[in-house]
Amino acid sequence: MSGQVTYAGRKGLWDWLTTVDHKKIGILYLIAGGIFFLLGGLEAILIRIQLMYPNYDFVGGSTFNELITMHGTTMIFLAAMPIIFALMNAVVPLQIGARDVAYPFINALGFWLFFFGGLLLNLSWFLGGAPDAGWTAYPPLSSGHDFSDQGVDFYVIGLQIAGIGTWIGGINFLATIVNMRAPGMTYMRMPLFTWATFVTSLLILFAFPAITVSLVLLMFDRLFGANFFDVNAGGNVIIWQHLFWVFGHPEVYILILPAFGIISEVVSTFAKKRLFGYSAMVFATVLIGFLGFMVWAHHMFTVGMGPIANALFGVATMLIAVPTGIKIFNWLFTMWGGQIRFTTANLFATGFIPTFVMGGTTGVMLSVPPADYQYHDSYFVVAHFHYVIVGGLVFGLFAGLYYWWPKMFGKKLNETLGKWNFWLFFIGFHLTFFPQHFLGLMGMPRRVYTYQADTGLDLGNFISTIGAFGMGLGTIVLLINIIVSIRKGEPAGADPWDGRTLEWAIPSPAPEYNFAQTPLVRGLDALWTEKMSGNGKMLPAEPLGEIHMPSPSVLPIIMSIGLFIAGFGFMYHNIPVIIGGMAITFICMIIRSLVDDHGYHVKPKELEDGEKGVKA
Amino acid sequence: MATHHAVNGTLPPEPEKATLEGRNKVLGFWLFLGGECVLFGSLFATFIALRDQVNGGPTASELFQMPVVALATFILLTSSLTSVLGILAMHRNKVGQMQAWFAITVLLGLAFLGLEIYEFVEYYHHGHMLTSSAFGSAFYTLVGFHGGHVLFGVLWIALLIAQSFKKGLTLVTAPKFYVASLYWHFVDLVWVFIFTVVYLMGMVE
Repeated sequence: MSGQVTYAGRKGLWDWLTTVDHKKIGILYLIAGGIFFLLGGLEAILIRIQLMYPNYDFVGGSTFNELITMHGTTMIFLAAMPIIFALMNAVVPLQIGARDVAYPFINALGFWLFFFGGLLLNLSWFLGGAPDAGWTAYPPLSSGHDFSDQGVDFYVIGLQIAGIGTWIGGINFLATIVNMRAPGMTYMRMPLFTWATFVTSLLILFAFPAITVSLVLLMFDRLFGANFFDVNAGGNVIIWQHLFWVFGHPEVYILILPAFGIISEVVSTFAKKRLFGYSAMVFATVLIGFLGFMVWAHHMFTVGMGPIANALFGVATMLIAVPTGIKIFNWLFTMWGGQIRFTTANLFATGFIPTFVMGGTTGVMLSVPPADYQYHDSYFVVAHFHYVIVGGLVFGLFAGLYYWWPKMFGKKLNETLGKWNFWLFFIGFHLTFFPQHFLGLMGMPRRVYTYQADTGLDLGNFISTIGAFGMGLGTIVLLINIIVSIRKGEPAGADPWDGRTLEWAIPSPAPEYNFAQTPLVRGLDALWTEKMSGNGKMLPAEPLGEIHMPSPSVLPIIMSIGLFIAGFGFMYHNIPVIIGGMAITFICMIIRSLVDDHGYHVKPKELEDGEKGVKA
Repeated sequence: MATHHAVNGTLPPEPEKATLEGRNKVLGFWLFLGGECVLFGSLFATFIALRDQVNGGPTASELFQMPVVALATFILLTSSLTSVLGILAMHRNKVGQMQAWFAITVLLGLAFLGLEIYEFVEYYHHGHMLTSSAFGSAFYTLVGFHGGHVLFGVLWIALLIAQSFKKGLTLVTAPKFYVASLYWHFVDLVWVFIFTVVYLMGMVE
């Protein structure tokens, strides 16, 4: 190449706004998702204070509606999924021995679309009120302006922008895992977290277009006077329910499969054993992903689809308990006879197992249509899905954070504070949600802002609110732990946990090119295989040479800002703003097409420095 | 330029798959089209659920002018053929032929869009609008989404032709033409379903 272009290095904020490095994008996802997690948590605390006493008037009914809607939407789309993407970005390319993801530019674009979509949604608090039709936004409640003034406009447009970002992120991980694996990294040698990412990305690919269409239909009804959900003009509100859950049920598995992956890594590392039943675990992951598309209508048993449809969807739902059960037993058998270390990561993984089993059990209860007529829309459902999403996914994310934090930042989190974090959050969680099963069975409906005194609901609600404070305290301890770690955390070194997979074979944090030499993978648990064969480190698959890297780019953030501006134009029926915003995005696309990115090369000398642990 | 950019005339037989970037692009594009299938599938499902809800307005068989629709179908299917001929020219490294075939593809795409706009205006005068009935909403959303895809494809391929005059056919530009032709075939395939589900089934009362 004529005239070596060496990357000069962008600094500070400009570096973060233009980065296409998957490790930095992972950190951006973690920061943004973390902030939304705190916001959603604050909303949860306010919900619980409102429900602390009967006939309490803390925030009132309409604010309560906004809080439950925004709590659900924020936690699922803007907190849980981005933190999952943070870990995927930070870990998956390292686990497969890749230097980068397949589309670094698209990866950055996915982050910024999510960020500006989430920002737009949350600006609703200051611009006339947040969406208040529930996170599922069922029409006709959501399709007119009588109940929900402008809030749902923010919902349809904010989620649309964020959803596109998630969708292209999923395509990026699929192509990365298919095309970028190191020599010897066959599919059946991939770590379970990579497998989970692969199946999750497939679910994202095929599920998100359904919500794209749902949101388009709702947007056309609300903003352009279309009649999809207007029964007077021949519309049909059930279409929304089907399309929403065709997306919404796979979404549940999009959330939980990465947690399964994390738990598999953590349990195996801290039991110092190979994962029990690896192939069965892979099979179960794929099967859960497949069945996840077959069960959406179990959210609609009470709609009136008839006994045959209800029975089929009920049986399909029960089937999912089989591969999930395989996973539970395999984790237990992995721990069986292992040299278990109860680090914070492993505490969360161990706490996950019984908690998730409880959530799964109520799931099977809910899958029985006649019984579901009793549970439907009660706090029993709220208890169920918090047991699987908090007790499953969030425990998994905390385990993953404590496990991979050293790889992402080069420093460990404090283990003492970590244990406080675990016990406060674990006890707080069960205190919050265990009583809600019984509140639901006693007839307390979800999404209602208060209840009458002396109806048997007082004590359960009071305990539940105390538990929520416990979870809040646990989260604050995590924040303190992060600050302590940044200030004076002990350097982690490359392999703080005596790890088994490839990410522990390179320095922490990983240099920008990840692997100075692409590793040669010779077995499942690639690094452990080398440790057992006496090498202790990976064999290289190529000589040391120049490494080609993609250039940073400011276009992803500008494209996202363009759609953000156009979103406001749509909401306020301002055509010049729509055209202006869309023009910004399209001009960026044209620039991206016309200007070739030649990237830059990292030279061997920098590589040698990198090998000694100096970040190039 | 860079080492992975081959000079004109020395391209491998399948230049779109010769580099990792190219292979990533082609794989990612197939995945993208897989997702697009769900997108159009959802729109088709919505249309089928609502196609009889005319709300007192004209029904499908009263509205549709099959000669115009048949002509539009013929034009769009022909454009798929010309884009194949463009890719064949690319594989033989004939830049001029490739540009010509893709230019014809763009022109046919524009002709299709012209007929579609004419058709929509006609329907509008018959009282068939996005806001007139659930049938209208579903019709314009489904067919309009497809039309939007055609418009995007026309602009995209035109942009690729323009840059090919400056850059020629390289390992960077070849995958772009290849995925654009994949996109164009997909858009045509969707139209085959629209022609069947919306128009032919609409004519059968």
